[in-house]
Amino acid sequence: MQKKYIKWMLFLVALFVLLIISIVISLSSGEVKITLAQLPEIFSNKDSIEFTVLTKIRIPRLFLAISVGGALSLSGAILQGIYRNPLVEPYTLGISGGAALGVAIAIVFGFQAASFAVLPLFGFAGAIITLFLVYFLSLKKGALSINSMLLIGVMVSFVASSAMMFLMSISTPDNLQSIVFWVMGSLDESNNLLVRTAFYSSIAGLFLSYFFAQTLNALRLGEIKAKHLGINTKVTVKLLFVVASLLTGIAVSVAGVIGFVGLVIPHLIRLIIGNDYRILIGSSFLGGAIFLILSDTVARTIISPNELPIGVITGFVGGLVFIVVLSRSKSNFKLN
Amino acid sequence: MNQFFQINDFSCGYPGKFVLEDINFEIKKGDFVGIIGPNGSGKTTLFKGISGELNALSGSSKLKGEFIQNMSLKERAQNLAVVTQNIEVGSMTVEEYVLMGRIPYRKQFQFFETKKDFQIAEKYLDLTGITGLKDKYMNALSGGEQQLAGIARALTQEPELLLLDEPTSHLDITHQVQILNLIRRLSQQLGLTVLMIIHDLNLAGEYCDSLIMLENGRIHKKGLAKEVLNYADIEAVYDTVVITRTNPVSGKPVVFLVSEETFKKEN
Repeated sequence: MQKKYIKWMLFLVALFVLLIISIVISLSSGEVKITLAQLPEIFSNKDSIEFTVLTKIRIPRLFLAISVGGALSLSGAILQGIYRNPLVEPYTLGISGGAALGVAIAIVFGFQAASFAVLPLFGFAGAIITLFLVYFLSLKKGALSINSMLLIGVMVSFVASSAMMFLMSISTPDNLQSIVFWVMGSLDESNNLLVRTAFYSSIAGLFLSYFFAQTLNALRLGEIKAKHLGINTKVTVKLLFVVASLLTGIAVSVAGVIGFVGLVIPHLIRLIIGNDYRILIGSSFLGGAIFLILSDTVARTIISPNELPIGVITGFVGGLVFIVVLSRSKSNFKLN
Repeated sequence: MNQFFQINDFSCGYPGKFVLEDINFEIKKGDFVGIIGPNGSGKTTLFKGISGELNALSGSSKLKGEFIQNMSLKERAQNLAVVTQNIEVGSMTVEEYVLMGRIPYRKQFQFFETKKDFQIAEKYLDLTGITGLKDKYMNALSGGEQQLAGIARALTQEPELLLLDEPTSHLDITHQVQILNLIRRLSQQLGLTVLMIIHDLNLAGEYCDSLIMLENGRIHKKGLAKEVLNYADIEAVYDTVVITRTNPVSGKPVVFLVSEETFKKEN
């Protein structure tokens, strides 16, 4: 019936097809080449190198790319909706910076030797603490001012990165290297439990976000008008903020700081399909997943056997695509 | 007796800065009431108090006998629609924008608009005469068209009471008259009760059934347009020299301004 809904369906189908294509590309490329036709043979012979490469390296990595890409992109889309500002993403709000600081602290003070979970936990804690800091600092006379939240986020981000620079300058070369490696981001995570946790929680975040699709749509008119439409903006904005921060926290804690996904992907999706959050939430997640799968594939094959930090690829490719699309698009480009 | 809309000893505002006090008035169903008063007299604050954007400091407001303060946000949005002065322009189509008016009626897990939602939106797009614009983007519309879309969106909420904050500011006379004619028609045909902030005293006198004149956070005078719009009250509240006459065609009050130069010559 409604043309709009049919368009949405087609768009989702197209994204799913793209996702499957990128999954196939990602699984087959690398040092060990694997084709689709080989799959039955590989899975029947569990001792082959190919089987090990697939199940121990490429598949976990794929799941991580889906969860991290999806979570970052979705979190960006939600934050842009809350702030009604197209430049907002986990990076600009200081959440990523806080996570990086948390990890730097863990490395410099040597906590990471204790358990595989220490770095992710510190990253997560850093993200969440930053969130609350930003949140409470921007509480003015009991009311949450969205603009001051943005400014404070940017400032907290600066403070966090200065603190991290300080830690880096006093740390040993070894520690310095692990901090730098972490800050540049990587999908190389050998612990299966972490991969699984990240995957399930990002999917949970996706479902949770859908409860807020209408609220985010109403917020496109501004907070006051959303309230006139019967939306309890005070509560829902807080909840949305928490959801976005959890999504970011999860992504950052397993993969380090991977910038740009939360900014670029929701924008491209908005350009193609519009700003209605009912379609934007799901397609941002899928788009982010596809983008990160492909970026990761490039990152680990382009200078093989060495690996590029994935942040280099996302920044480079994402940024270039963004510039090209924006300078070409004739339609008036606005968030709301 | 319970009037359709009733506001008793109402007070709201920003304590320590500006507070609206002692507000008492009532409106019958289908009435078209204008709120006038100089800048800073509390017109918009009153609207914020009624719509629940500001909490009442004391007193109450009742719609159909029910306290507005006790309504849930959703119920409130089903009974009370607000058209603000600046319509939010974004890159959404007029139809999408008008459909937002159905949000208060959406069920907890309802994801898509129902057929009824589309029908209602269509009805009010038609009534406001902007059906032809429905696929256009809001930010591609003129000021008058945006105002019409804002009204269509508010009507799609199917409210009992419509609050309009200066719907005719920044518009040329064609659009001013078009919009006020429309509101007048709506209030008569649909029995819609309208409360409108308006600066232009002549438009207020021509279109509104009755007027409420605010001064420094209090009601200076309320009543029929011809009772409120007399030179003594206008001069007292606006501190401006005016002359009032009656429109020979409509019989409604008209306000003429007198420049300083003329005033000095005459005296």
